[in-house]
Amino acid sequence: MLNSDLLKFIFGRLTIEAIPYHEPILIVTFVGVAIGGLALLGAITYFRLWNYLWTEWFTSVDHKKIGIMYVILAIVMLIRGFSDAIMMRAQQAIAFGSNNGYLPPHHYDQVFTAHGVIMIFFMAMPLVTGLMNFVVPLQIGARDVSFPFLNNFSFWMTVGGAVIVMMSLFVGEYARTGWLAYPPLSEAAYSPGVGVDYYIWGLQIAGVGTTLSGINLIATIVKMRAPGMTMMKMPVFCWTSLCTNVLIVAAFPVLTAVLALLTLDRYVGTNFFTNDLGGNPMMYINLIWIWGHPEVYILVLPAFGIFSEVVSTFCGKRLFGYASMVYATIVITILSYLVWLHHFFTMGSGASVNSFFGITTMIISIPTGAKMFNWLFTMYRGRIRFEVPMLWTIGFMFTFVIGGMTGVLLAVPPADFVLHNSLFLIAHFHNVIIGGVVFGLFAGINYWFPKAFGFRLDPFWGKMSFWFWLVGFYFAFMPLYVLGLMGVTRRLNHFDDPSLQIWFIIAAFGAFLIALGIASFIVQIAVSIRNREKLRDFTGDPWDGRTLEWSTASPPPDYNYAFTPVIHDHDAFADMKKRGYKRPLEGYRPIHMPRNTGAGVILAAFSVIFGFSMIWYIWWLAALSFAAILIGAIVHTFNYKRDFYIPAEDVVQAENARTTLLAGGV
Amino acid sequence: MVLMQPSGDIAVQQRNLIVVSTVLMLLIIIPVMFLTVLFAWRYRRSNTDAHYDPDWHHSTRLEVAIWSAPLCIIIALGAITWLSTHTLDPYRPVSRLDGTHAVPAGVKPLTVEVVALDWKWLFFYPDQGIATVNELAAPVNVPIEFRITSATVMNSFFVPALAGQIYAMAGMETKLHAVINKEGEYNGFSANYSGAGFSHMNFKFHGLTQDGFDQWVQKAKSQGGKLGRNEYLQLEKPSEAEPVHYYNSVDPQLYSAILNMCAQPGKMCMSEMNQIDANGGAGKESEANKAKLQYDGHRAQEGVEEPGATFPASGRPPNTNVQPEGMKPDALSPKVNGQGPKPGESQGQEHDMPGMDPNMPGMKPSSPAPNQLNQQD
Repeated sequence: MLNSDLLKFIFGRLTIEAIPYHEPILIVTFVGVAIGGLALLGAITYFRLWNYLWTEWFTSVDHKKIGIMYVILAIVMLIRGFSDAIMMRAQQAIAFGSNNGYLPPHHYDQVFTAHGVIMIFFMAMPLVTGLMNFVVPLQIGARDVSFPFLNNFSFWMTVGGAVIVMMSLFVGEYARTGWLAYPPLSEAAYSPGVGVDYYIWGLQIAGVGTTLSGINLIATIVKMRAPGMTMMKMPVFCWTSLCTNVLIVAAFPVLTAVLALLTLDRYVGTNFFTNDLGGNPMMYINLIWIWGHPEVYILVLPAFGIFSEVVSTFCGKRLFGYASMVYATIVITILSYLVWLHHFFTMGSGASVNSFFGITTMIISIPTGAKMFNWLFTMYRGRIRFEVPMLWTIGFMFTFVIGGMTGVLLAVPPADFVLHNSLFLIAHFHNVIIGGVVFGLFAGINYWFPKAFGFRLDPFWGKMSFWFWLVGFYFAFMPLYVLGLMGVTRRLNHFDDPSLQIWFIIAAFGAFLIALGIASFIVQIAVSIRNREKLRDFTGDPWDGRTLEWSTASPPPDYNYAFTPVIHDHDAFADMKKRGYKRPLEGYRPIHMPRNTGAGVILAAFSVIFGFSMIWYIWWLAALSFAAILIGAIVHTFNYKRDFYIPAEDVVQAENARTTLLAGGV
Repeated sequence: MVLMQPSGDIAVQQRNLIVVSTVLMLLIIIPVMFLTVLFAWRYRRSNTDAHYDPDWHHSTRLEVAIWSAPLCIIIALGAITWLSTHTLDPYRPVSRLDGTHAVPAGVKPLTVEVVALDWKWLFFYPDQGIATVNELAAPVNVPIEFRITSATVMNSFFVPALAGQIYAMAGMETKLHAVINKEGEYNGFSANYSGAGFSHMNFKFHGLTQDGFDQWVQKAKSQGGKLGRNEYLQLEKPSEAEPVHYYNSVDPQLYSAILNMCAQPGKMCMSEMNQIDANGGAGKESEANKAKLQYDGHRAQEGVEEPGATFPASGRPPNTNVQPEGMKPDALSPKVNGQGPKPGESQGQEHDMPGMDPNMPGMKPSSPAPNQLNQQD
């Protein structure tokens, strides 16, 4: 029938059935999101904020604003990813015996896939990138990153990937493959629907942003340090950021390539990873982990950097063993490429190969252990202030060593043969990712929030959040260690053995406590905004900080520093304070700054359309949007209005205002 | 906790390794945890008695200690890892029955060929001439040699009480050697997610006395049916929570055909393809072999979809009649509560050989292909 051919041409495989109106859970979610979204859009329109948002935020090339936007994206995605988590915990707590729970496999399998993908790519990654974006240029005394437009573009590509993933909730379905989409299950023969295509295009679009942002930050750290700041005088957070971005630049192209090969398998019938025609799924598994293992360190190294900053600030003491901290970071960076096979000892490699990768994995624990001792001896003979960031740090030190221990245990191949893919493994990596990365990011948010907004976060709700998370973590994941030792494997949505149920109920209770932790964090932000005048910090240095970012105003002016600082020693600002540094009060000059542009938003929007049309086989739209991306990028290269000068008078005004504040505040 | 109280010698050794490694690591973990709490408490700001030294940030002696303490543990653990990985290599035949008994000379291991299917396990006992679905048995204190493959996506064969797991992958064979020391009924399952029916891909493993095992074989022989090519292709279709059944008359070539991905009529075996490649490949003519090598595709064409799939873009009927909660019947699956339409039952002729065409391009008459493949002439 011509009509259906035409419809097929226009809409590809997108039909009205793709809307999951059978699923009450999704419909309720959709209604909730729609009402919330409409309310938000309505409010923005009512308060006439569109123009403000567009000119001051969406098109901004200011690294501070982009950093804040990354963090907001991450918090939104945290809530989505956590909803998935609590659905899984609820399902596993009730699906015993004759009770099938409330999620059929079709839905449950999407939920655990989405949970993993979202938490890694759209929660942890944006949060890490956001903090690096905000903090690194300030810490090295730079006015912005090396490539400010690229920074904006990277952010919007990450948003684009997140939009694709979120779309799958209401249009079609998400992958039912697990977060790494192992073939042959993820091949067209076994997963013919749109789920895996959503997975692929979401990650590819976000991956462009991640890779470019990695290049940007490497260039920034290498080229834009203030005079006097040699590599070995950089704050440790800058060091860990540098290593993380080196990892990103070296590892993400592997992910891009392996997903591109999977795309070819699915779209044009190549056979890289199929069972048949000479394909080899084991190749995919190797490649994805050659990206995947460095990814773990991409996430945790910046967290290590945050802990280093926090521990030395709140102990009022220089970091113990700076040089060994730096070398430990570099050793971890290099070793992280030599361990990927420990994710699949059970695939049948020989004993020598397995033990090689087992032992390299264990070796990583040596520099990690050295770091742990360095933090410990920074606390030794310190004077510890238990502000919220420090609480997160101590919670981390106590919790992370457990995860580290179970990690080394999993690196012993024969032990892994019984623990692989079990809930013990799940407990282990949540132990290091929550206990390491998430705790670190919360420490970082609490630590740098006053720098970003000029007022502190409310400490009471911050402590509530910390304690709910900490206790919730132990309730949620210690039972999973036990269940793993009871031989329970991951990704099951139904159990027969009733003796397991109590452990799942405890774990679900833990997840509920973590939910309270997240809620407390949101309350903390709301309360802090309401009480912002009481929490206001005029000095720019609320914690008696040691690194350069605390020497400028909070929030910092667009240009960060009126004069480029000169660095003489580690902990540049502590050194300045010790020497009795005086802020210069005159001699301001116009400051050369990059100009905002909407090109990033527009290119990312075209990329989302391109991804969507590829997912649904809407070829004409894919061709059009791809052409639009190319043309948009070329047109942008002809935009010569890239920069402007902040006039000296404006600088004078801003700096004088600060002088007044400092005088009043002291 | 089955991993802590296993019943097979390999799993016992793995348990011991877990315990030893954990104790070794606790040597360093416990002091760190203790010092964290101690320092946090002792150097709190309100404790002005504690020594405060804001400029103390380096001590060569201490730094040597903090690098070498973990190093020592890792050297010990690394040595243990190297040795245990080699002695507990799943490919290595077991050398002892338990801590005190070596394998007596002349004992022939029990061979079991394992095939992971969507979503059930098929076990061949080539020496006993039987096959079972979702039930495994072995006599105690007799070495077992598992040969493992998959006729579908990747799975992992795991009986926690017996030994560690190993992946089951299509077109490839992995091996596992183990021995069970205590009689009993143990759980086995797939430890690698493989799709909608994964949660029910379980089986029972029975550790039996030699007499009990012989009786079990007799039971399978008396209750079982025939497992030829046609029955296998029927069995291979995706199904969930498959009940135990037995086969007494088993096509002896079947496991090898499954492993070579040519159980379906008209398909070329992997071994034949390898043979062609070893002879320099078939060049442009190999195009003619393409359809014979397509294996994954036949499942998609048969219309496999998870039960209660709510996204019917593929237009396929569900393959079971399980009604998922929260789903209504719709136009594309009008009978989710009843028996859904069955896919077409096109079956090829039964034949004893893996689907092979002696005239296929690249196949030389003189080719030294494995015996079983050349018998057709």
